[in-house]
Amino acid sequence: MNANTATPAKTKLRVATTSLAGCFGCHMSFLDIDERILQLVELVEFDRSPITDIKHCGPCDLGIIEGGVCNAENVHVLHEFRKNCKILVAMGACAVNGGLPAQRNHLDLRDILEEVYQTEPGLTHGGIPNDPELPLPLNKVHPIHEVVKIDYFLPGCPPPADAIWKFLTDLLAGRTPHLGHGLLHYD
Amino acid sequence: MSENTFLLDGEAIPFVPGQTVMQAAKAAGKYIPHLCWHPEFKPHGSCKLCTVKANGRFVSSCTMEAAAGVTIENRTPELDDKRRTLLQLLFVEGNHFCPSCEKSGNCLLQATAYDLGMMSPHFDHFFPDRPVDASHPDILLDFNRCILCSLCVQASEQADKKNVFVMGGRGMRGRRIIINSESGKLGDTDFAASDRAASICPVGVILKKRVGFAVPIGERKYDQAPASVVEVTK
Ligand code: SF4
Ligand code: SF4
Ligand code: FES
Repeated sequence: MNANTATPAKTKLRVATTSLAGCFGCHMSFLDIDERILQLVELVEFDRSPITDIKHCGPCDLGIIEGGVCNAENVHVLHEFRKNCKILVAMGACAVNGGLPAQRNHLDLRDILEEVYQTEPGLTHGGIPNDPELPLPLNKVHPIHEVVKIDYFLPGCPPPADAIWKFLTDLLAGRTPHLGHGLLHYD
Repeated sequence: MSENTFLLDGEAIPFVPGQTVMQAAKAAGKYIPHLCWHPEFKPHGSCKLCTVKANGRFVSSCTMEAAAGVTIENRTPELDDKRRTLLQLLFVEGNHFCPSCEKSGNCLLQATAYDLGMMSPHFDHFFPDRPVDASHPDILLDFNRCILCSLCVQASEQADKKNVFVMGGRGMRGRRIIINSESGKLGDTDFAASDRAASICPVGVILKKRVGFAVPIGERKYDQAPASVVEVTK
């Protein structure tokens, strides 16, 4: 075997993140890793993400999705991530099971829109918005694993920063992420 | 091996004749995951979470009488994997939005899923449309979370002698808990917040009003210790 003294240049893993039908709470919790973000940027660089404001996702090692799928745009973004990311992670309750937005699922979409925009007293009666810029809502809100294949799930509403940190460091070290008692939470 | 013992994951567990495998295991401090079993009531044997392998055959440990010399597998990767699948089926069959559930942290379904490392519901969700009954002054019923364990039925019948809850209907969507009053409303029964059935539900269906967050999230039963510890010490 050749004695290879030069350490190979460390290539950083490329990571993309997005929030679909979520509240950005998971991203906020992600930022709660505080100064550990300095350790993280030694290991990763960000592609499409609210952190970079890059609009479309390029080839990535890891994609992290917050939020479920509630409209047509969410479907397109999710497919873009699946196409480009080697590993796709569902982060937070909404991505995992639809979460709060999915609590509309037993109601009829038209009834909801009519009540909110037309009939409910005290709310503005401007009619149901139909600007072509607005993505069309889906009849039901879906957890993302019902739309594309998801490799890992990180539940929590939001997952605490320590859980996100444990999850990411396990993953970056090539281990199957393991959250024990106290870190694994559905709430 | 002494006379009245069986082997549970390689360890000799003593039992008193007449005890079930579940009872003997619990007495010995060994956790067998379970949902519909409760020490105060006759086993219902419906959730199948407690399935073990006795001499190589699948059997519900909450209904199987302990017998000398039987070799039982419990916390094996194979069985825990099947248990996770059962849990996932329960989660997608109801509406379990833990962040907005008062029972979160005190819920046996949730705590068992944590203990077994259930990271996702895996299957497609049913998102069923199930009723909420707020007619009673002190108790709220949210059937979106019912796992049909029948503990409320047993507690109301055997402990309270009231028969407020009845298991009725057929099939995947038809089977449900029915309230035994003409209107079908809990407010029209003699149910009381002090009834045993009012505090028996392992999940977030039967909830006492006005105390939902008296104990904050993070300081609840299964926040202190995992189900595998709580369930053999209580
Ligand atoms: S009953 Fe348990 S599992 Fe279901 S939503 Fe409530 S806390 Fe979660
Ligand atoms: S209401 Fe609660 S106690 Fe009764 S069957 Fe459903 S889950 Fe079990
Ligand atoms: S605990 Fe034995 S079947 Fe439910």
